[in-house]
Amino acid sequence: MLSQKDAPIYEALQKYREMRVVPFDVPGHKHGKGNPELTEFLGQTCMSVDVNSMKPLDNLCHPTSVIKDAEALAAEAFGAAYCFFMVGGTTSAVQSMILSVCKEGDKIIMPRNVHRSAINTLILGGAVPVYVDPGVNKRLGIPLGMSVKDVERAIKENPDAKAVFVNNPTYYGICSDLREIVRIAHEHGMAVLADEAHGTNFYFGDNMPVSAMAAGADLAAVSMHKSGGSLTQSSFLLVGKNAKVTEGRVRAVINLTQTTSGSYLLLSSLDISRRSLATDGKRIVGKVLENAAYAREEISKIGGYYAFGNELVNGDDIYAFDMTKLSVYTRDIGLAGIEVYDYLRDCYDIQIEFGDIGNILAYISVGDRWKDIERLVSALAEIKRRFSKDKTGMFDHEYINPKVVLTPKEAFYGETVSLPIEESAGRISCEFVMCYPPGIPIVAPGELITEEILAYIRYSKERGCFMTGTEDMDIERIKVIK
Amino acid sequence: MELWFSEMHTDDVKMSIRVDKQIYSGHSEFQRIDVFESKEFGRFLTLDGIMMLTEKDEFIYHEMITHVPMASNPDIKNVLVIGAGDGGTIRELTRYDTVERIDMVEIDEEVVEISKKYLPQTACKLHDPRVHIHYDDGLRYVRFKENDYDLIIVDSTDPFGPGEGLFTSEFYGNCYNALTENGILVNQHESPYYKDDARAMQRAHKRIKEFFEVCEVYQAHIPTYPSGHWLFGFASKGISPMEFDAKKWNSLGIATKYYNTELHKGCFAIPNYVKELLKDAD
Repeated sequence: MLSQKDAPIYEALQKYREMRVVPFDVPGHKHGKGNPELTEFLGQTCMSVDVNSMKPLDNLCHPTSVIKDAEALAAEAFGAAYCFFMVGGTTSAVQSMILSVCKEGDKIIMPRNVHRSAINTLILGGAVPVYVDPGVNKRLGIPLGMSVKDVERAIKENPDAKAVFVNNPTYYGICSDLREIVRIAHEHGMAVLADEAHGTNFYFGDNMPVSAMAAGADLAAVSMHKSGGSLTQSSFLLVGKNAKVTEGRVRAVINLTQTTSGSYLLLSSLDISRRSLATDGKRIVGKVLENAAYAREEISKIGGYYAFGNELVNGDDIYAFDMTKLSVYTRDIGLAGIEVYDYLRDCYDIQIEFGDIGNILAYISVGDRWKDIERLVSALAEIKRRFSKDKTGMFDHEYINPKVVLTPKEAFYGETVSLPIEESAGRISCEFVMCYPPGIPIVAPGELITEEILAYIRYSKERGCFMTGTEDMDIERIKVIK
Repeated sequence: MELWFSEMHTDDVKMSIRVDKQIYSGHSEFQRIDVFESKEFGRFLTLDGIMMLTEKDEFIYHEMITHVPMASNPDIKNVLVIGAGDGGTIRELTRYDTVERIDMVEIDEEVVEISKKYLPQTACKLHDPRVHIHYDDGLRYVRFKENDYDLIIVDSTDPFGPGEGLFTSEFYGNCYNALTENGILVNQHESPYYKDDARAMQRAHKRIKEFFEVCEVYQAHIPTYPSGHWLFGFASKGISPMEFDAKKWNSLGIATKYYNTELHKGCFAIPNYVKELLKDAD
């Protein structure tokens, strides 16, 4: 009988190493011996467990032994009926969620401030988005959660929709009333899919917003590699206890696109991280909360910055706030978030998660040391002292209500023509434009390009945001419907 | 019996001192603290296995980090000392009657307690009524100060460990802000000799130069520190260490074992390879 103290994949790899198996299988580096430079760089331990699927180590596409056991333990730890170990990032988990419940032409209700991976899936699978306008906080200029009444209206107006997609939470830490959304969606026969790229902590911490599994959602994509401590690109796809879709169906969808050579480095990192969270998660998340609270308090003492938190909660489109997120509004010191982000990196060797036009987000995790938090706070104090400007003339809104003319798939595969982006107003975009991170599209395929959108893109570029999405790497030209 | 304390000065060089006996060993919240007794150097204090001071040669470090700035501006009244838990820098500062207030910010209370108990030679003036000890992170403490100090002395450990935050741009910028218009910042500036120390030295120099109008480096010979060749940084908002009043300092009658006003002038003359390193840091 396995317990949360076990880590089946990790233990199997240990055993495999002890057996000193002679490898006449892939990978060809043969435990690192065939690539001494890489072994020198990554370490012998790492190379010796970069191995292929085999009987004692199971097979990710069709798990029957140690991967199956590890997935079952993860499911138990997260309160799910089933858990899939994903090695293609949370992007692939999001894709698999949507493709598991929506086929070509099916409607899916979602807020527009989704990650690009969600809209990408609509191009792949041909589902049709029904966007719910997330509220916007006027002061902060950030998109919020979905209000229950807006979701309810969208459900009533689109009774044929198959699913409701929810960010739990948004990049900034804002949650919708997930329990209520699940209740209404299920009443209307719709599945609820949760993007929990930033929600791992919800499963383990005290006083956290509700997790998707606890709220009764059907599927959830959880980025274990963001706050869960596993390696980049590793993720969980959770299937809820009363899900409308079977585990078998989800696996079939995952196997459409996921590699058949799942990395054991990623799989063991998921296994070990799950064990750590399941056995010590309350303390770990407690520590993160403590660090974030200290940073918030110290940043407020500087003045000029606003490190927002629980006080925003309004029972509606900010139903709950994830206090482990450290988002700071910077515009009152006359600097865009992206400018503060650049100063932190260029002048102080501090890399934060992202800066948008009004805010920065610093990722707080169990890996932070108190002295690093002191450095961040002191650097922010210095940036204010040295670089703050007059705040007039700064762009003051973030959310632009999209006008969807075609489905993302129709636009992406439509007859297109390439135009200088400045001349594209009034046309239907066939491409994305976004700042990355956060990776929330400013314009997505199938949407009408407006003057307002162009002004926003221009301003983001001017302030130094990292822009991406179009085939043209300089974002000077955009493909639109002919 | 052979009992030796060894410290790796690089991966391939180590310095060893024969130990007579270990006086204290313990772990604080921040670091490991040890005090040893030796025949050659007397008592010595190590933090995380790195030499901080010996009774025999500490006078060099403490005199040089204190008297160079104090002679450069005789009007110094308010001093902030960061680190310095052993009390040596404080001892030198208290010799000036003109100093009115000394704020000492040490992150590790246990270093102070251990020093008081086992190292009276340096800790002897920590009870001076002008000394105010704050147990806090230096970076955090200085963040809240503005135009408060005539002199800041950064008597820190190396930039790998609890002292890390004291070698950063945010720290030097905050110090600039905490200093008065005649303010001086003196810091423990690592060594130019071994590669890793030299790199830390260059980085510190580059960052200090971003903020301070005057930015010089001076040297001393400290037998128990890596290579024995040690540097101090002298940065100010305008005061130059070379234009100082030697007569005035000599009239104070402060008896020193290392520092004198001739050496004050000479210690700013640095070897060519160090000049090159400093130039490359820009």
